[in-house]
Amino acid sequence: MRLDAYIACPHCDLLQRRQPLPPEGLAVCARCGTLLYRHRRNSLDRTLALAVSGIILFVIANSYPFLSLNIEGQTQETRLASGILVFFRQGMPWMGALVLATGIVFPLVELVGLTYVLLPLKFERLSWKTAAVFRLIRSLQPWGMTEVFLLGILVSMVKLAGMATIVPGIALYAFLVLIFLVAATSAAFNPEIVWERLSPQK
Amino acid sequence: MGTAEPPKVNAAGGPGPATAARLGLIACHDCGLLSRFQAGGRLYCPRCGGVLHARKPNSEGRSWALVLAAILFYIPANVLPVTHTTYLGSTQSDTILSGVYYFMASGSWHIALIIFVASIVVPALKILILAFLLVSVRRRSDWRPEERTRLYHITELIGRWSMVDVYVVTVMVALLKLGALANVDAGVGIVFFGAVVVITMFAANSFDPRLIWDAMEKRS
Repeated sequence: MRLDAYIACPHCDLLQRRQPLPPEGLAVCARCGTLLYRHRRNSLDRTLALAVSGIILFVIANSYPFLSLNIEGQTQETRLASGILVFFRQGMPWMGALVLATGIVFPLVELVGLTYVLLPLKFERLSWKTAAVFRLIRSLQPWGMTEVFLLGILVSMVKLAGMATIVPGIALYAFLVLIFLVAATSAAFNPEIVWERLSPQK
Repeated sequence: MGTAEPPKVNAAGGPGPATAARLGLIACHDCGLLSRFQAGGRLYCPRCGGVLHARKPNSEGRSWALVLAAILFYIPANVLPVTHTTYLGSTQSDTILSGVYYFMASGSWHIALIIFVASIVVPALKILILAFLLVSVRRRSDWRPEERTRLYHITELIGRWSMVDVYVVTVMVALLKLGALANVDAGVGIVFFGAVVVITMFAANSFDPRLIWDAMEKRS
């Protein structure tokens, strides 16, 4: 029996035969209903385009102030990284590291890693250590939390609205668009296209 | 990590559904490729290089340890202040719950709801669900395995949203740095709270939902 013709459900271990899917179709486990794999039309091109745009917006979102606040004539400008610096200075390095990792580093590593893996794939090549890099970005995925970060920013804006005038900066708009790009990237991406290319049989 | 264990479910050919483990196969945690189990030493996935385990190693023990640690940290996270706010000369310390109360009192009930659900309900729910799943696996329960698998999937998905309060504090301490006029400092509560979020995410990650189904197969 050819093992790659089968798939075991990651949640209940039931062995099932892989079926070719119609465009945009998905396969779920017959026993527990977990999503097994799905088909995405033009996945490679779309994911690549979205990931590269994501990187550009990421740079903008981190280079400009995202909020400025005005109380009684005094103004304070903030970048995404400012709060992280405050944590480090005030003796809470673990909090600084947590926010730095989940809000900035992991999401960026994911976008750059995806581009690193997919761009050569587009030209029928493999980049150095594709398997290891791809495994890393897949395992980091639950820890990249840009959309939660955005919700946190919006909550803070409401919180502060009562005591100060808040002016959204360029970075906030860039960040908003970035969230949609990150979501669209993961919706467009089918990880099977990378694993299939790495199969030893081919 | 240790060596790969043989799939320890009843021998192939017996009654029951055809799982990978029963047929002596191991699915890679990282890329999903099936490999045949071989005795002796650690096994690696031939496709992606990940270490192969029939089940997540020591899943029950690790998940229990992390769930207990999360319960322990949940208390100071909710009792200790997460922010110290100075506004026009007077200082006030807030816990997560008093922050929620402040929002309700000031009329922003939607914000109060977001914080309450994300910071208090979600971590508690995750801890309860994981403890329930661990107990049910230990007792070899055959109660609604599909629903229990779905419960597990939910804990995997919702955990990240608890981080909202951590980000709110991050933005507040960054923005309000105007001395006696308006200033926010982070309180130690937020450190414990961040720990709860991270620990419960690791706990969910170390639980192996296939144990739910293994327990049932051993029974039949």
